[in-house]
Amino acid sequence: MRWLLRTFSMVALLLLFTCVISMAAETTPQVMEGGSSFPWWAWPLLLFIVTFILGIIAVLGGVGGGVLFVPIVGGFFPFNLDFVRGAGLLVALSGALAAGPGLLRRGLADLRLTIPLALIASTSAIFGAMIGLSLPKNVVNTLLGLTILGIVVIMLTAKKSEYPEVKKADALSRALKIYGIYYEPTTGKEVEWKVHRTPIALLLFVVIGIMAGMFGLGAGWANVPVLNLLMGVPLKVAVSTSKFLLSITDTSAAWIYLNSGAIIPMIVVPSIVGIMLGSIVGVRVLAVAKPKVIRWVVIGLLAFSGLRALLKGLGIWT
Amino acid sequence: MAKEIKPSEEQLSYAALLDIGMKLGLIGIVITFAIYVFGIFSPYLPVEDLPQYWKLNVHKYLEVTRIQSGWAWITLLHKGDFLNFLPIAFLSALSIICYIRILPIFLKKKESIYAFLALLQVLILLLAASGILKVGGH
Repeated sequence: MRWLLRTFSMVALLLLFTCVISMAAETTPQVMEGGSSFPWWAWPLLLFIVTFILGIIAVLGGVGGGVLFVPIVGGFFPFNLDFVRGAGLLVALSGALAAGPGLLRRGLADLRLTIPLALIASTSAIFGAMIGLSLPKNVVNTLLGLTILGIVVIMLTAKKSEYPEVKKADALSRALKIYGIYYEPTTGKEVEWKVHRTPIALLLFVVIGIMAGMFGLGAGWANVPVLNLLMGVPLKVAVSTSKFLLSITDTSAAWIYLNSGAIIPMIVVPSIVGIMLGSIVGVRVLAVAKPKVIRWVVIGLLAFSGLRALLKGLGIWT
Repeated sequence: MAKEIKPSEEQLSYAALLDIGMKLGLIGIVITFAIYVFGIFSPYLPVEDLPQYWKLNVHKYLEVTRIQSGWAWITLLHKGDFLNFLPIAFLSALSIICYIRILPIFLKKKESIYAFLALLQVLILLLAASGILKVGGH
């Protein structure tokens, strides 16, 4: 019975989301052509509803809001991708800033691990933002589509390791004193951790930073595998540190978008408020939701919107 | 019973400041947006004209609306739409403020590498915020 209720809730949520998205897609030409047949306030309202649903789905699917926001809003709303990416960065930034204090206080996000990685990622994000704002729209859409489809592949194939084995910390991480300990309530034990392969991780964070700035996506989807699988950070610390790391990476890129004029408050504020409220509801729904079903919903949404961005970029589905 | 594992002094200081700043920023966003949508301050761009502008790329948008890029928004804070830039910029500056807060802690603990990295991070973020690196469009 409970299973039936959960499935029903999920289907209802998906139907509502599809309904809103279809409405947005169908009404776009009216605004683009006529300019007045669809009231201006309908778009921010629709944006608020969609981002509220995205906020719920993001929490349940274990992904950041930014990665869903940019391809979906960019693909189905009449806003130029420049403003969508600016809003996407601020959505990811606000979520990361809101989560940061709790994660740091509980020792789940680690400042020493974050500082060197954030320095590399935030510097690269500046270049990413500048590249993204300089490229033609169709090129950005094509690259965005390919990136989103790449994220889908990562989500389908990447394994996770709860407590990766690190036999020996590398010299750089020893010099930077990157190690830690946290209390794991599920086992009642203290978990000590150290890292390896730090130089390779730093190089990868150059690429992650560029992509975060270029597409306004946030970068949790890339941070977590690098921290967890490559460096050997326990999964909980990797996820938490990744979330906190975004608050610094996205800050530098957000300033480039802000200073370049790519911020429209009527797009940014409903998105931030929608995602935040959705996340709060999502945390409550998480207790009764079926994670596997939601994971497939997230993968399906990403695949669909990634394909949409790619086809839009190639001029096939405009 | 959970064993007490206390994070480092700099981590707790960062968290405390981030907590206050983040709450102030988010409350600010809601208040300034309410001022904007209720028309308490008249906007620079009439809200009913927004659909004409948000479909343009940023280069064309700045050209058509005659909005200056960089920090020029400061001069337009009396306009309802630009007032929203204040909490947005504050949230974007929060990490810089938090890094400045932990810098003396690293120096006090003689953690020279981390003090240097934190200082470098502040400079990088200040460079991004300065407006020198804005993009003119495409």
